[in-house]
Amino acid sequence: MENLIEKLKNIFEIKDAVIQRPDLCFATAKKEQTISLITHLRDYEGFSHFVLLSVVDWIEDKQFQLTYFLNNPTQKYDVAIRCIIDREEATMTSAHHLWKQIATYQRELKEMYGIEFPGSPRLNESFILEGWDNIPPMRRDFDTKKYAEETFFPRERPATNDPAEYMKSKLYPDE
Amino acid sequence: MSEENKINKFENPLYAKREVTGPDGEVFTVDPIKDYFSDARPKVHEPNSIPVIENFLNWARSESLWVLGFGTGCGSIEIPPLITPRFDAFRFGVQMRPTPRQSNVFIISGYLSIKTLKRAIRSYEQMQNPKYVLALGSCTINGGMYFDSYNTINRLDQYMPVDVYIAGCMPRPEALLAGFNKLKEFIKAGKGEKANDYARNFDWYKANQKKIIKDWNMPDYNW
Repeated sequence: MENLIEKLKNIFEIKDAVIQRPDLCFATAKKEQTISLITHLRDYEGFSHFVLLSVVDWIEDKQFQLTYFLNNPTQKYDVAIRCIIDREEATMTSAHHLWKQIATYQRELKEMYGIEFPGSPRLNESFILEGWDNIPPMRRDFDTKKYAEETFFPRERPATNDPAEYMKSKLYPDE
Repeated sequence: MSEENKINKFENPLYAKREVTGPDGEVFTVDPIKDYFSDARPKVHEPNSIPVIENFLNWARSESLWVLGFGTGCGSIEIPPLITPRFDAFRFGVQMRPTPRQSNVFIISGYLSIKTLKRAIRSYEQMQNPKYVLALGSCTINGGMYFDSYNTINRLDQYMPVDVYIAGCMPRPEALLAGFNKLKEFIKAGKGEKANDYARNFDWYKANQKKIIKDWNMPDYNW
């Protein structure tokens, strides 16, 4: 694993390489180099299996963190490549040409976070939310409880007691 | 961005209104959504005015409950044990059918996302009268653990009439059987008139449904 990171550091700019487990490491790449780094890992380092593409919404830092998770089935270890993109103009280079299933992940990220992947097939087709007209719901500035209360018909909930306080008042009414 | 990305799969050009030239040169308009489906309003089926006949009909209705095989949410996993030998719903005269046209009981088995609600409404409207709805689990009552979700409804009875609620998360197949028995009691007592309620309050139900289903690309009512 250390060898791999040293090898990659010679070719790409990699920050914050963390070896989480003997068979798992995380590394942050520059936005422009991420796709070529993944291509390199696939073609030369044997990471032939694409596990997942996920995103973290760092709303305080005004950025999204994309994580490309790759697996090497022969050596049995994983590499996760992180990539920071701007939150306001969330656009990332599409990677659907490397693995077909990335197109589906990108479609989901477009719908749930509003991240653009220009050129990705069927990107603007609705995935789960048909006819959604609000800001993407998984963004952290979307208030899901408020939206649910305004859109659906919430039933009034019965009053609840704090169990500790309630039992105290029942058992020791004088105290 | 390529042109292919902009096409919505559900807005198929085959369903668009267009002009077609017949084999003898005659030009006529085709509007598949209108032509293939009827959007006539549902009708109220008044109960028989003779009580003895109505009671007999209700008894007959209560003994032939055909369930639509439509699973929504996690409750659909309770249906296979229900209809197989362990709980054997068939001894109560309850059996499954694959299509809405052949069934008259709709089990909403758990949470309904808006996308599923759209399909559930279409299936409900395609079912034959008299039809009944069994709502399973706390999600259909008040949203359950999804009460603050942006994508699942809170109360089912705002969108389609519900005959029997079965509380629990998830209710066991025994609870479902109890629900079926309750439904039979209701039907025998002449209370299974929720399909008529739907026809009477059709505009109210449609307004609620259209409030959350933003891309209404289907007929208003398809029987």
